[in-house]
Amino acid sequence: MMKVLVQEHDFNITAEIAGLIGKRTDIGGIVTFTGLVRDFHGSHKIQKMTLEHFPGMAEKQLEAICKTAQERWPLLGGTVIHRYGQLFPGDQIVLVITLSAHREAAFEAASFIMDWLKTDAPFWKKEETLSGAHWVDAKDADTLKTKKWQK
Amino acid sequence: MDLLYFAHVRENIGCSSEQISLPDNISDVRGLMDHLRAKGRNYHSAFENEDIIRVAVNQLYVNFDHVISEKDEIAFFPPMTGG
Repeated sequence: MMKVLVQEHDFNITAEIAGLIGKRTDIGGIVTFTGLVRDFHGSHKIQKMTLEHFPGMAEKQLEAICKTAQERWPLLGGTVIHRYGQLFPGDQIVLVITLSAHREAAFEAASFIMDWLKTDAPFWKKEETLSGAHWVDAKDADTLKTKKWQK
Repeated sequence: MDLLYFAHVRENIGCSSEQISLPDNISDVRGLMDHLRAKGRNYHSAFENEDIIRVAVNQLYVNFDHVISEKDEIAFFPPMTGG
Protein backbone atom coordinates (compact mmCIF):
# COMPACT_ATOMS: atom_id res chain seq x y z
CA MET A 1 0.00 0.00 0.00
CA MET A 2 1.16 3.51 -0.72
CA LYS A 3 0.40 6.46 1.53
CA VAL A 4 -1.21 9.54 -0.05
CA LEU A 5 -1.39 12.88 1.73
CA VAL A 6 -2.70 16.25 0.52
CA GLN A 7 -1.71 18.84 3.08
CA GLU A 8 -0.94 22.51 3.64
CA HIS A 9 2.05 22.02 5.92
CA ASP A 10 5.57 21.03 4.93
CA PHE A 11 6.90 17.46 4.91
CA ASN A 12 10.10 15.89 6.21
CA ILE A 13 11.69 13.57 3.66
CA THR A 14 13.96 11.79 6.15
CA ALA A 15 11.07 11.06 8.51
CA GLU A 16 8.89 9.81 5.64
CA ILE A 17 11.62 7.42 4.46
CA ALA A 18 12.29 6.15 7.99
CA GLY A 19 8.57 5.52 8.46
CA LEU A 20 8.43 3.46 5.28
CA ILE A 21 11.49 1.35 6.12
CA GLY A 22 10.57 0.61 9.73
CA LYS A 23 12.15 -2.73 10.57
CA ARG A 24 11.95 -4.08 7.02
CA THR A 25 15.07 -5.65 5.51
CA ASP A 26 13.63 -6.72 2.15
CA ILE A 27 13.90 -3.30 0.51
CA GLY A 28 16.67 -3.04 -2.05
CA GLY A 29 16.19 0.54 -3.18
CA ILE A 30 14.34 3.74 -2.43
CA VAL A 31 13.75 6.50 -4.98
CA THR A 32 12.57 9.92 -3.86
CA PHE A 33 11.55 12.90 -5.96
CA THR A 34 10.94 16.30 -4.39
CA GLY A 35 9.41 19.17 -6.36
CA LEU A 36 10.34 22.70 -5.24
CA VAL A 37 8.99 26.17 -6.01
CA ARG A 38 11.35 27.83 -8.53
CA ASP A 39 12.02 31.56 -8.25
CA PHE A 40 11.67 32.13 -11.98
CA HIS A 41 9.28 31.45 -14.86
CA GLY A 42 10.99 32.38 -18.12
CA SER A 43 12.30 35.88 -17.51
CA HIS A 44 9.86 36.60 -14.65
CA LYS A 45 10.90 36.49 -11.03
CA ILE A 46 8.38 34.61 -8.89
CA GLN A 47 7.51 36.12 -5.52
CA LYS A 48 4.93 33.61 -4.39
CA MET A 49 2.93 30.62 -5.59
CA THR A 50 -0.59 29.62 -4.61
CA LEU A 51 -1.64 26.03 -5.14
CA GLU A 52 -5.38 25.45 -5.38
CA HIS A 53 -6.77 21.92 -5.22
CA PHE A 54 -10.05 20.00 -5.37
CA PRO A 55 -10.37 18.51 -1.86
CA GLY A 56 -11.41 14.88 -1.93
CA MET A 57 -10.88 14.40 -5.63
CA ALA A 58 -7.16 15.28 -5.32
CA GLU A 59 -6.64 12.43 -2.84
CA LYS A 60 -8.74 10.06 -4.97
CA GLN A 61 -6.76 10.80 -8.13
CA LEU A 62 -3.39 10.41 -6.39
CA GLU A 63 -4.55 7.10 -4.89
CA ALA A 64 -5.65 5.90 -8.33
CA ILE A 65 -2.27 6.82 -9.86
CA CYS A 66 -0.44 4.99 -7.03
CA LYS A 67 -2.68 1.94 -7.49
CA THR A 68 -1.80 1.82 -11.20
CA ALA A 69 1.91 2.12 -10.39
CA GLN A 70 1.64 -0.75 -7.91
CA GLU A 71 -0.09 -2.93 -10.48
CA ARG A 72 2.61 -2.20 -13.01
CA TRP A 73 5.79 -2.44 -10.91
CA PRO A 74 6.72 -4.72 -7.98
CA LEU A 75 6.75 -1.99 -5.34
CA LEU A 76 7.22 -2.67 -1.65
CA GLY A 77 5.48 0.57 -0.69
CA GLY A 78 5.74 4.29 -1.08
CA THR A 79 4.39 7.72 -0.28
CA VAL A 80 2.99 10.66 -2.25
CA ILE A 81 2.56 14.02 -0.52
CA HIS A 82 1.23 17.07 -2.36
CA ARG A 83 0.96 20.45 -0.67
CA TYR A 84 -1.56 23.23 -1.30
CA GLY A 85 -1.90 26.84 -0.18
CA GLN A 86 0.67 29.61 -0.27
CA LEU A 87 4.24 28.64 -1.10
CA PHE A 88 7.43 30.60 -1.65
CA PRO A 89 10.55 30.00 -3.77
CA GLY A 90 12.55 27.15 -2.30
CA ASP A 91 9.51 25.57 -0.59
CA GLN A 92 8.79 21.90 -1.12
CA ILE A 93 5.61 21.21 -3.18
CA VAL A 94 5.47 17.50 -3.83
CA LEU A 95 7.15 14.31 -2.62
CA VAL A 96 7.15 10.89 -4.28
CA ILE A 97 8.86 7.93 -2.61
CA THR A 98 8.92 4.44 -4.08
CA LEU A 99 10.38 1.30 -2.53
CA SER A 100 11.34 -1.86 -4.33
CA ALA A 101 13.63 -4.87 -4.12
CA HIS A 102 15.43 -3.67 -7.26
CA ARG A 103 16.13 -0.15 -8.45
CA GLU A 104 14.50 -0.23 -11.90
CA ALA A 105 10.98 -0.62 -10.51
CA ALA A 106 11.49 2.17 -7.97
CA PHE A 107 12.95 4.59 -10.57
CA GLU A 108 10.32 3.89 -13.20
CA ALA A 109 7.37 3.95 -10.82
CA ALA A 110 8.47 7.30 -9.30
CA SER A 111 8.81 8.81 -12.78
CA PHE A 112 5.42 7.39 -13.82
CA ILE A 113 3.69 8.78 -10.73
CA MET A 114 5.20 12.26 -11.25
CA ASP A 115 4.26 12.36 -14.95
CA TRP A 116 0.67 11.29 -14.25
CA LEU A 117 0.31 13.57 -11.27
CA LYS A 118 1.20 16.62 -13.40
CA THR A 119 -1.68 16.09 -15.81
CA ASP A 120 -4.27 14.11 -13.81
CA ALA A 121 -4.27 15.35 -10.22
CA PRO A 122 -6.62 18.33 -9.69
CA PHE A 123 -4.14 21.00 -8.58
CA TRP A 124 -3.66 24.45 -10.11
CA LYS A 125 -0.68 26.75 -9.70
CA LYS A 126 -0.95 30.51 -9.62
CA GLU A 127 2.30 32.46 -9.73
CA GLU A 128 2.79 35.97 -8.43
CA THR A 129 5.44 38.07 -10.10
CA LEU A 130 6.23 41.78 -9.82
CA SER A 131 4.03 42.37 -12.89
CA GLY A 132 1.02 40.56 -11.42
CA ALA A 133 -0.49 37.14 -10.74
CA HIS A 134 -1.30 34.54 -13.39
CA TRP A 135 -2.45 30.93 -13.57
CA VAL A 136 0.20 28.58 -14.90
CA ASP A 137 -0.75 27.13 -18.30
CA ALA A 138 -0.80 23.36 -18.70
CA LYS A 139 2.10 22.25 -20.87
CA ASP A 140 1.63 20.08 -23.95
CA ALA A 141 5.02 18.56 -23.11
CA ASP A 142 3.61 17.26 -19.81
CA THR A 143 0.66 15.64 -21.60
CA LEU A 144 3.10 13.90 -23.94
CA LYS A 145 5.11 12.62 -20.96
CA THR A 146 1.94 11.10 -19.52
CA LYS A 147 1.02 9.55 -22.87
CA LYS A 148 4.43 7.87 -23.21
CA TRP A 149 3.48 5.55 -20.30
CA GLN A 150 0.36 4.30 -22.07
CA LYS A 151 0.80 0.77 -23.29
CA MET B 1 -27.46 20.20 -8.37
CA ASP B 2 -24.13 21.25 -6.89
CA LEU B 3 -21.67 23.11 -9.10
CA LEU B 4 -18.03 23.64 -8.16
CA TYR B 5 -15.54 25.96 -9.83
CA PHE B 6 -11.77 26.03 -9.50
CA ALA B 7 -8.84 28.23 -10.51
CA HIS B 8 -9.56 30.72 -13.33
CA VAL B 9 -13.08 29.33 -13.84
CA ARG B 10 -13.81 30.20 -10.19
CA GLU B 11 -12.28 33.66 -10.58
CA ASN B 12 -14.18 34.44 -13.77
CA ILE B 13 -17.54 33.36 -12.36
CA GLY B 14 -16.89 34.97 -9.00
CA CYS B 15 -17.78 32.09 -6.67
CA SER B 16 -16.41 28.65 -5.80
CA SER B 17 -19.72 26.79 -5.63
CA GLU B 18 -23.46 27.19 -6.13
CA GLN B 19 -26.63 25.16 -6.29
CA ILE B 20 -28.90 25.29 -9.30
CA SER B 21 -31.93 23.37 -10.52
CA LEU B 22 -31.16 21.45 -13.67
CA PRO B 23 -33.63 22.54 -16.38
CA ASP B 24 -35.62 19.62 -17.84
CA ASN B 25 -34.32 20.16 -21.35
CA ILE B 26 -30.64 19.74 -20.37
CA SER B 27 -29.21 16.25 -20.42
CA ASP B 28 -25.44 16.55 -20.67
CA VAL B 29 -22.42 18.62 -19.61
CA ARG B 30 -22.35 20.56 -22.88
CA GLY B 31 -25.99 21.57 -22.41
CA LEU B 32 -25.22 22.70 -18.86
CA MET B 33 -22.32 24.84 -20.10
CA ASP B 34 -24.62 26.49 -22.68
CA HIS B 35 -27.18 27.11 -19.92
CA LEU B 36 -24.55 28.67 -17.64
CA ARG B 37 -23.11 30.83 -20.43
CA ALA B 38 -26.52 32.44 -20.83
CA LYS B 39 -26.52 33.46 -17.14
CA GLY B 40 -24.17 36.38 -17.64
CA ARG B 41 -20.96 37.84 -18.92
CA ASN B 42 -18.90 36.30 -16.09
CA TYR B 43 -20.12 32.80 -17.00
CA HIS B 44 -19.66 33.53 -20.66
CA SER B 45 -16.01 34.44 -20.17
CA ALA B 46 -15.41 31.44 -17.87
CA PHE B 47 -16.66 29.00 -20.53
CA GLU B 48 -15.57 30.94 -23.60
CA ASN B 49 -12.67 28.67 -24.55
CA GLU B 50 -13.86 25.06 -24.20
CA ASP B 51 -10.36 23.76 -25.01
CA ILE B 52 -9.22 24.81 -21.56
CA ILE B 53 -12.24 23.51 -19.64
CA ARG B 54 -12.14 20.17 -17.84
CA VAL B 55 -15.12 18.57 -16.09
CA ALA B 56 -15.55 16.12 -13.24
CA VAL B 57 -18.93 14.63 -12.37
CA ASN B 58 -19.00 13.20 -8.84
CA GLN B 59 -15.20 13.53 -8.80
CA LEU B 60 -14.61 11.53 -11.99
CA TYR B 61 -13.30 13.10 -15.20
CA VAL B 62 -15.87 13.03 -18.00
CA ASN B 63 -16.35 14.35 -21.53
CA PHE B 64 -18.78 17.10 -22.48
CA ASP B 65 -21.30 14.52 -23.77
CA HIS B 66 -21.57 12.88 -20.34
CA VAL B 67 -25.21 12.56 -19.23
CA ILE B 68 -26.00 14.40 -16.01
CA SER B 69 -28.83 14.44 -13.47
CA GLU B 70 -30.08 16.69 -10.66
CA LYS B 71 -28.21 14.61 -8.03
CA ASP B 72 -24.77 15.11 -9.58
CA GLU B 73 -21.95 17.25 -8.29
CA ILE B 74 -20.33 18.90 -11.30
CA ALA B 75 -16.93 20.59 -11.16
CA PHE B 76 -15.49 22.85 -13.86
CA PHE B 77 -11.80 23.77 -13.94
CA PRO B 78 -8.85 24.39 -16.28
CA PRO B 79 -6.29 21.69 -17.22
CA MET B 80 -4.35 20.61 -14.14
CA THR B 81 -0.94 22.09 -13.31
CA GLY B 82 0.13 20.30 -10.14
CA GLY B 83 3.39 18.61 -9.31
